[in-house]
Amino acid sequence: MNMIVTPASPATPNGTNSMPNGTTRPQVRIVIVGHVDHGKSTLVGRLLHETGSLPDGKLEMLKAVSARRGMPFEWSFLLDALQTERDQGITIDTTQIRFRTNSRDIVLIDAPGHAEFLRNMITGASQADGAVLIIDALEGVRDQTRRHGYLLHLLGVKQVAVVVNKMDRVDFSADRFKAISDEISAHLNGLGVTPTAVIPISARDGDGVAERTDRIDWYKGPTVVEALDRLEPARPLEALALRLPVQAIYKFDDRRIVAGRIESGSLIAGDEIVIMPAGKIAKIKTVENWPVTPVATRQGAGRSVGITLDRELFIERGDIISHVNVAPRETRRLRARIFWLHDKPLAKGDQILVRSGPKESRATVVAIEKAVDPGELESRENKAIGRNHVGEIDISLSSSIAADPYTENPRTGRLVIEVSGRIAGGGLVLSVDAGQRAVPVDIVPVESALRPDERSARYRHNGAVVWLTGLPASGKSTLAKALERRLFTNGGSPILLDGDTVRAGLNSDLGFSAADRSENIRRLAEVATHLARNGHIAIVAAVSPAREDRATARRIADSSFREIHVATPAEICEERDPKGHYKKARAGALASFTGIGNDYERPEAAELVIDTSTRTVADAADEIEQMLKTTGVLFDEVVDLAANI
Amino acid sequence: MDHLDQLEAQSIYIFREAFARLKKIALLWSLGKDSNVMIWLARKAFFGRLPFPALHVDTGKKFPEMYRFRDHYGKEWELDLRVEPCPPIDAVDPTLPPAARSAARKTEGLKMALTKYGFDGLIAGIRRDEEATRAKERVFSPRGLEGNWDVRDQPPEFWDHFNASPPQGAHLRIHPILHWTEADIWAYTKRENIPIIPLYLSQNGKRYRSLGDQDITNPVASTASNIDEILIELEQTKVPERAGRALDHETEDAFERLRVAGYL
Repeated sequence: MNMIVTPASPATPNGTNSMPNGTTRPQVRIVIVGHVDHGKSTLVGRLLHETGSLPDGKLEMLKAVSARRGMPFEWSFLLDALQTERDQGITIDTTQIRFRTNSRDIVLIDAPGHAEFLRNMITGASQADGAVLIIDALEGVRDQTRRHGYLLHLLGVKQVAVVVNKMDRVDFSADRFKAISDEISAHLNGLGVTPTAVIPISARDGDGVAERTDRIDWYKGPTVVEALDRLEPARPLEALALRLPVQAIYKFDDRRIVAGRIESGSLIAGDEIVIMPAGKIAKIKTVENWPVTPVATRQGAGRSVGITLDRELFIERGDIISHVNVAPRETRRLRARIFWLHDKPLAKGDQILVRSGPKESRATVVAIEKAVDPGELESRENKAIGRNHVGEIDISLSSSIAADPYTENPRTGRLVIEVSGRIAGGGLVLSVDAGQRAVPVDIVPVESALRPDERSARYRHNGAVVWLTGLPASGKSTLAKALERRLFTNGGSPILLDGDTVRAGLNSDLGFSAADRSENIRRLAEVATHLARNGHIAIVAAVSPAREDRATARRIADSSFREIHVATPAEICEERDPKGHYKKARAGALASFTGIGNDYERPEAAELVIDTSTRTVADAADEIEQMLKTTGVLFDEVVDLAANI
Repeated sequence: MDHLDQLEAQSIYIFREAFARLKKIALLWSLGKDSNVMIWLARKAFFGRLPFPALHVDTGKKFPEMYRFRDHYGKEWELDLRVEPCPPIDAVDPTLPPAARSAARKTEGLKMALTKYGFDGLIAGIRRDEEATRAKERVFSPRGLEGNWDVRDQPPEFWDHFNASPPQGAHLRIHPILHWTEADIWAYTKRENIPIIPLYLSQNGKRYRSLGDQDITNPVASTASNIDEILIELEQTKVPERAGRALDHETEDAFERLRVAGYL
């Protein structure tokens, strides 16, 4: 936009612009919406002119253009001219037009294109602090006017100045103005939006734009420019609580850098932080950068940063880092207000993919609480949300996420919904049904009194998670017990975690749905990893049919993970059937039983594959022991301590 | 945080998203001012290194200064540089006008490199302000199996949520500096002290605004002999950046045809 307005000083995310003399001016972003032909372009042209924002020669150019077409002077040609310039690739970015009032820098967000209005409204106006809603005095409030009012409400834009344009067409009638003013005010109030002003204007002639002319002498309120002057800048993002969604963890050298963009708040080395949703606590050791590192100054909202922590924690993409006493909530349940763009309506029970920042989570639509065509504003049904309609939905997530309602944080309170790898809709988080760990303040992992090498000196091995996966009755538990005995005999510290045993206690709240099975595996992995960190060899025997769940377990246990696929052929497993499960399942008495169905996903890269149908248990245990030696879990010379007792 | 800080932070965010969400990516290095800034930004994003290859699709017709630059900084920046050739002119759509046809070799070279390495993402240094069809681009822009771009069916991009699942066998173009302007590129090059090819600076009253193949790129009249002077010139000039690119001026839709077919 540098071509048409005085060069604006660079914007800062906290809503102020630095001035040459060191003072700052608030920056306010507004969007102008309204029915087609109600005078949007004319008002924009007028505003640029009245605020002295047009470059030299532009006015003359517009006069010439108008004269050439044999038309009276037309302000809307200003935007049209910009459009043409953009089409020719000359002008720089006209999607944001900057101008100044007495006390504000205004960024006008241009959202052209009727067909894609909803998309543009969301992408552009979602960043607006305020809006101007324009109504033609002759035509009055139309469907489109109401639709736009609703969209502002949807996006959480609370400051709306209404202008009633083309007052010259109704002879500047105060009665006509009042009728429209009452109607639109009632409509907006019904949505929970109070207009900051309702202003009678003639954009073409300038009445009410920057000046109160004689023709509207009955009007006592602010002009458009005055109304813009009174808009409040958005609450500065930097003033909100710290939110650093993790994009990635990099280990290019000896640093383990957690990378992401600060969406709100600020941070500096030394800060105590909590990583949500897990609630783990650490301190920021350094803020890393390039080419000069580390960075000593405080880093605020908008910065893409990299930090290192004072301890090794399992962190993954999508986690949110915040300060300890103001963390986001951990949840598996959200209510959201969304807009839907996909051809196929969004219905109750649909499986969707939800993206909240870098976090990706599978989810189910539990309920459609409202479905509205924003043009008609009547709640039509509550089964599905059609294309270009809006609605409120209740979603259940397959894994925990950290989230904020948008009223508390506009950046982390956003989400989009993906269908078949493509964004199909998106919206705002209305409320977060907090999990049991809403307040993570008191979670400070306590470290062991012992050093890992003290334990390994005693046990003659390092901690590990030995994960046996395979069909029911493939021989996992038998093998696990043999291995446990073997390691113990050699002086080690093996601990058996059998899937069924854990399900009888710790995991007794879980069923056999896909989500519950994932959670079962996650908990098994967490417990096993804790044991491994404390020097034990946790031997897990669990069917764990889903590849993704085992991948989660591997991520949790990290380098201590050893996967053994007990690959006994299915027919032999069924023949053995020591617990009678196959028999029951064949009789239809055991739902969700892995083995009869085809839902077992074989490992692709297990550390070891063992078929128990072709060898003895002792032989198989030998091979596992060998693998544990070659992969650095067991030390070379195994001392048979028990033999010496 | 000033304007350049904001642009930088946004580009870094895009780089990290591309690296996290795609399996096999490469950065297209054309040796020009934009792609040099892009490499710099990537090194900021990844703390000093480029964790994926830099791909130079070489028409063999660049300026000698450009090849010298490539060989020098490819080493100094420790790039995993892959130089890929383009097919002969006969292999290119004969209905295109001469300069566009010459440029289209690059598209073919690009397709060959894609097949050879199986990249699912290509990072490209195009900017919205360069040219009208580029203005319509998405940050993560899907390409068809033939590398083609369907301008009428682009997925929505909301806030900073990008579509990053290319269909099987297809790829994405990622545009981390789409939101930069020509002036931003120069201001940042100066601030960060990023090396440039001297052809951009005025000699004998002329300089290159944009660098392409020797046979289809011309210098513009200019006295700007350092970056400060370039910035002043850009504030005053009405000459579009690609004025010296012959292919942009042959027919009205030549560039659009090229881009739909997969040109950058």
